[in-house]
Amino acid sequence: MKKSILAVATLCVLGTSVAMAKNQMATDTTPAEDLKIYRAYFMKKFPGVPLQEFANGVNAVSEVNRENWEAIEEFPPYEPMIDEGEVIWNTPFKNGKTFASCFNNNPAQRKNYPYWDKSKKAVVTLEQAVNACLTKNGEKPMKYKKGKITRLLAYMGYQSRGQKTNVVVPNDPDALKAYYDGKTFFFARRGQLNFSCAQCHVESAGQRVRSNVLSPALGHTTGWPVYRSKWGDLGTLHRRFGGCNKQVRAKPFKAQGKEYRNLEYFLTHMSNGIEYNGPSTRQ
Amino acid sequence: MRNTAKLIATAASFAVLIGGTSLIPQAASAAGHADMVKKGKEVAFNRKKGNCLACHAMDDGTSPGDIGPPLVAMKARFPDKKKLRAQIWDAEVANPDTRMPPFGKHKIISESDIDAIVEYLYTL
Ligand code: HEC
Ligand code: HEC
Repeated sequence: MKKSILAVATLCVLGTSVAMAKNQMATDTTPAEDLKIYRAYFMKKFPGVPLQEFANGVNAVSEVNRENWEAIEEFPPYEPMIDEGEVIWNTPFKNGKTFASCFNNNPAQRKNYPYWDKSKKAVVTLEQAVNACLTKNGEKPMKYKKGKITRLLAYMGYQSRGQKTNVVVPNDPDALKAYYDGKTFFFARRGQLNFSCAQCHVESAGQRVRSNVLSPALGHTTGWPVYRSKWGDLGTLHRRFGGCNKQVRAKPFKAQGKEYRNLEYFLTHMSNGIEYNGPSTRQ
Repeated sequence: MRNTAKLIATAASFAVLIGGTSLIPQAASAAGHADMVKKGKEVAFNRKKGNCLACHAMDDGTSPGDIGPPLVAMKARFPDKKKLRAQIWDAEVANPDTRMPPFGKHKIISESDIDAIVEYLYTL
């Protein structure tokens, strides 16, 4: 209880400083208004960077990063992993069915997630849908941060390239609450180092922490799964959330737990209109 | 309580006086000061401690970040040492929206580390 008041208080302060919201509460602006405010903020902060470019993360706003990145993308390390994912997609379960049976025979599903599930009263992500499919067919679910799931998501993401982000937040109090919880999380200071996501990826976007240029939050959700040399592998969005929480010495939340799903809901909505381009490589 | 404070203040000014007049303690404290400056630099540069270079260009530190202003002419900018210490201890007091971590308040580094950093910054 005390914590949530603190979070909102922080948000107020930040809201005025970032000048992206004159509001005092996370809930003072509608999702549609937020979308406008955030997009305008980043377009103004990075003049000349077209909306779609933000799908490339830090490479949209840093020349040096971009050069390295373009060189890597010539022979992307994730390419064989897309093929591994296709094999997983096509390999029958013990009951003879495949993933196709859960996804309308179409691996290009990226644009449909995350969505608000009215009956479950929860945000449902693509990772969850993958595991729901496995469980439904009597198979073991996959781990959520790395490994097999990233191969399947890489294939599905690749098949979905070019689809536009289009997260819908229905006018339903529970859906709105999930969205605003995600928003509050994004603006709340946490960890021993006392940082909010927004302080790094909104206020400081384009600036450097040591030699790491910080990516803008706009476009944060389009390129997953992401290959990082630090990981030497692909990882999911929630793996990254956990990493960013750890960076500020905060305890990471569970991948696919409610906190990160609501955060994903808010963050993905912010990128509405931007095309999916996963998988990708990142610093 | 008041009296104690006064006593300590007096004792402190005595210490300063003694330091200024007696030769031996001065030499000792000069060596102590150099050590402190050295320690301050170490703590400030250490990624697991101050990691000030994450955000500030300072001294001969390589590939600094640019979230915060370069730390130069600190003595001129912070004639009051206490203010400089307070900025490191909890930057939120001076600026509630600050992006600088509260090194003292959140016990990110020790009080004596902060003292050492202050001495070091005064040499910049
Ligand atoms: C102290 C700074 C800091 C904080 C706080 C922080 N991050 Fe990050 N984040 C980084 C750095 C550095 C990177 C790697 C460079 C980049 O792409 O921005 C990164 C990368 C990311 C990426 C990957 C972007 C891409 O294109 O691959 C996402 C997504 C992300 N952060 C989300 C978050 C979220 C959500 C939060 C809050 C829970 C958060 N970050 C908090 C520093 C931070
Ligand atoms: C993650 C970012 C970050 C880190 C790490 C950081 N600072 Fe800062 N610092 C800032 C910012 C931003 C400011 C500008 C003032 C503000 O926003 O509060 C600042 C301001 C200052 C100032 C005031 C400068 C002036 O001229 O007003 C001093 C002194 C300072 N920092 C010292 C330090 C020291 C010493 C350390 C390491 C122990 C450190 N900082 C670590 C971000 C940081």
